[in-house]
Amino acid sequence: MNRLTVSASPHVRSADTVTGIMGDVIISLIPAAVTSVFLYGLRALLVIAVCVGCCVLFEYISRKVLKRDNTIGDLSAIVTGLLLAFNLPSTIPLWMAAIGSFAAIVIAKQCFGGIGQNFVNPAIAGRIILLVSFSSAMTNWTQPLQWKETVDAVTTATPLARLSALDLGGNIASQIAADSELPSLVKMLFGIREGCLGEGCAVALIAGGIYLMARKVIKPAIPFTFIGTVAVIMLIAGRGDLTFVAYELLSGGLLLGAFFMATDYATSPISTKGKIIFGIGCGIITSVIRLFGSLPEGVSYSIILMNILTPHIDTLTRPVPFGFVKEKKSKEKEAV
Amino acid sequence: MSKAHMKGVLKAVKNVRGGVKVDHRKITADLPVERIEMPDKVLLPMQQHIGAPCTPTVKVGDIVGVGQLIGDSDAFVSAPVHASISGKVTAIGPVKLANGSMVDAVTIENDGEMRLFEGIEPPKVETREDLVKAIRASGLVGLGGAGFPTSVKLAFSPDKNIDTLIVNAAECEPYITVDYRECIDNSWDVMGGVYSLAELLGFKHIVIAVEDNKPDAIEVLKNIASKNTEKDFKVDVMALKSKYPQGAEKMMIQSATGRKVPIGKLPADVGCVVMNVASVAFAARYLKSGKPLVSRSVTVSGDAIRNPKNLRVPIGIEVQKLIDACGGFAVEPYKIIAGGPMMGISIIDTTAPLVKNNNALLAFSEKTGLLKKERACIRCGRCAAACPMSLVPTLLEKYALREDAETLSKLGIGVCMECGSCSYSCPAGKPLVQYMRLGKQIVREAGAKK
Repeated sequence: MNRLTVSASPHVRSADTVTGIMGDVIISLIPAAVTSVFLYGLRALLVIAVCVGCCVLFEYISRKVLKRDNTIGDLSAIVTGLLLAFNLPSTIPLWMAAIGSFAAIVIAKQCFGGIGQNFVNPAIAGRIILLVSFSSAMTNWTQPLQWKETVDAVTTATPLARLSALDLGGNIASQIAADSELPSLVKMLFGIREGCLGEGCAVALIAGGIYLMARKVIKPAIPFTFIGTVAVIMLIAGRGDLTFVAYELLSGGLLLGAFFMATDYATSPISTKGKIIFGIGCGIITSVIRLFGSLPEGVSYSIILMNILTPHIDTLTRPVPFGFVKEKKSKEKEAV
Repeated sequence: MSKAHMKGVLKAVKNVRGGVKVDHRKITADLPVERIEMPDKVLLPMQQHIGAPCTPTVKVGDIVGVGQLIGDSDAFVSAPVHASISGKVTAIGPVKLANGSMVDAVTIENDGEMRLFEGIEPPKVETREDLVKAIRASGLVGLGGAGFPTSVKLAFSPDKNIDTLIVNAAECEPYITVDYRECIDNSWDVMGGVYSLAELLGFKHIVIAVEDNKPDAIEVLKNIASKNTEKDFKVDVMALKSKYPQGAEKMMIQSATGRKVPIGKLPADVGCVVMNVASVAFAARYLKSGKPLVSRSVTVSGDAIRNPKNLRVPIGIEVQKLIDACGGFAVEPYKIIAGGPMMGISIIDTTAPLVKNNNALLAFSEKTGLLKKERACIRCGRCAAACPMSLVPTLLEKYALREDAETLSKLGIGVCMECGSCSYSCPAGKPLVQYMRLGKQIVREAGAKK
C-alpha cells in the first residue's frame, strides 16, 4: 500500500468552485451579450471582445509582475470584462475600453490583492474612471438597430435623460404621452432605446438574474431590495404614476446593476440582513441622484458608495454566535 | 416521507440554522450487521475516551476472559477498559493510535475460546447511583463518535431539574449506517434502554431523533414507542430534516426542545441529556447481561472498499482486519478515515487498533478523496450561511492568521464544534476547520499567558 494522505476533516467537499461560480455568472450574462450584438451590431461584439481580452491580459500581467500565482483560471477577469463592456456605449473608442479594463483590473482589483480583496466593484470603478475622464465619449449614444436602417440615425438622449427633464410637479402621464422621442414600454423591455450596450434588454437581464438565483449563486435580497426601493421612491416622486415607475425601472443600468454588480460577493455584505441594508442604500442613492442630481444616472455611483460602506454594514449585521447573549444596545453606537 | 407515516411523529420544535446538504451515500443501509472472524490478537489502548487514561490492572502473562477488567482509573471523567477476547496478555506498552497519538495498550493473544470472564453478572440497579455506577463499570462511552464517558453525563443530581433525554439516532454523517441498523435490528434494546434510563433518572420526556431519510427506522421506533402507555414519562420519535449536522448535540437540543445551550454551558444546564442510540441500546443489554463494552458495530465503506459492510467487531481489533473482512481494497486507497467523512480522522496506516468510539472506517480512492485546490476567499458568504453556530468562518480565518486572540473570542470562536460545514461549502477550497482550530489554539495560548 502506498502512503495514505492525511488531512484535517472534513474529507468531502461540495461541488462548488470559484471557477464554477464565475462560469455561472458568465452564462447568466450571455443573453444580454447576445442581445447587445443584436441591438448595436458587431461593434458591440468588438467592445466586448476588447474589454474581456484586456481584462484577462491585465490580470495575467499584473499577477506576473506582482509575483503572485496566475488567477485567470478562476474566470473572474472575464466577468469583469463583460460587465465593463456592458457599461460602455457601443461607440466607445477601443483604446478607451482598454483603459477602462486597466482601471478595473489593475487599479481596483489587483492593487488591493486580487479576487475577493477589492473594496469596490472593478467594473464599476472602470466605468466611473472612464466617465469622469472621457465624459463625452461615454455619453455618445446611438440608436439601437441602426444596422437595419438605411439612413443614418441621429444621436439622441437616453430615456433616463428625458425622464429627468419631466416636470414632476405637473401631469406626468400627459408629459410622457407627449414625448414622442421616449420609446414605448415594450421597446424599453427589449432594449430598443439608447444606452450602454448591455443595460438595455430587460428581458435578457432578468433571465440572467433568475438563472443566478436558481443556481444559488446570488441571493434575491440585494436585487429585490435595490429595485424595490427605487420603485417605491419613484412611486412617491411620481405621485402614484405607474408608467413613470416602469420607465424608471427599465431605464439606465438599474437591472444590470441590481442583478449583476451590486451582488458582487467581494463588495457586498455577507449576511442577509446586511444585504437588505445594502440594497435599500443602493436604491435610495440611485433615486436621489436620478431625481435631484445633475447626472442622469446614479446606479454605478450608488453601488460604489455602498461598496465602501460594506465593511461597516458587515460589522453591524454580524450574526450573534449560538448561545451568546445579545449585548445591550444602549451603549455608544458604533460610528459608521 | 408520506403524511400517513408522519402521524404520531414529532416535528422539530425549532429548525436549526445553517448546515449543509451532503450526499448521504448510505450504501450499507440495507446490510445487516455481520460478525467478523475473531482476530489472533487485540490491542486495547488505555485511552479510548475523552478524559483520564486508565492504568492496566493486568500483567503480562495473565490469562483473561472476555469482559474482564484490564484497565481502570480513579478519575471522574474516564471509562474502564475490558478484554474483548479471551487469552493471554502478551505485552503492555505504548502503541500508536489511528490519530497518531501514543497510548499505553494491553495486547491480548487469542486462545480461540472466547471464554466469558467468570465474574460477569447482571448489575444490581435499584437507584440512580447504582445506575451511574453500573454504566461506569460497563466502560460505556459515547458510541456516536465523541467518546465521552456516558457515566459522567448521567451523574447529575436529581435537583438539577433535568427533564429531557434525547436519543440521537440522526446519523447525519454520510456513509455511516450502524445507528440505523441499531434502530431496525435492536429496536427493543433501544426502547429498553430508554425505559431504564427514564425510570431511574426521572426524565419526563424522551425524544428519539431520527433524520427523515430513514423512514423505516422512524416507523419501527414509533411502533414500539406507542406501546408505552402506562409510564409516567412520554416517549416520542422526532423526524428531523436530513441536513448535516442535525446530530450535533446543541442542534439536537434545539430541535427537540427549542432550548439553546448558552456558551460555556452543558446540555445539563438546559435540562437535557443527549445520548447516542447505540449507547442507549448497549446500556439496556448491559443491565440485562452485565457484559461490558467489548464489541461494537462499525460501517466499513467508501469507494476504495470492495464490499462495504456493517460489521460487529471486538474492540481493539486491527483496522486492517475490517478491510480484509470486506474483501480488501477495490482500488488503491488514497485516504482512510476513522469516523465519518465530515468529522472523522484520516489515519496514517491500517495497523492501529479500532477503539470504542470508531463508528465507521472509510477508504476513499484518489477520485473521491482529492480535495479541491485552495484559492483566495471570494467572500461569497457560504461558510457563514452554513455555520450552525452563526459564526462567520472567513472572518475568523482572517483574525486567526493575525493571531488576534481577543477578537477571535469576541467573534465567538469558542462555540465552533468543528462540524466541517464551512470547509465543505467553501468554493475556494479553504480548510476553514483547520483555521478554526488554529484560532482556538491562539485563544488558549493567550489565556494561558494571562
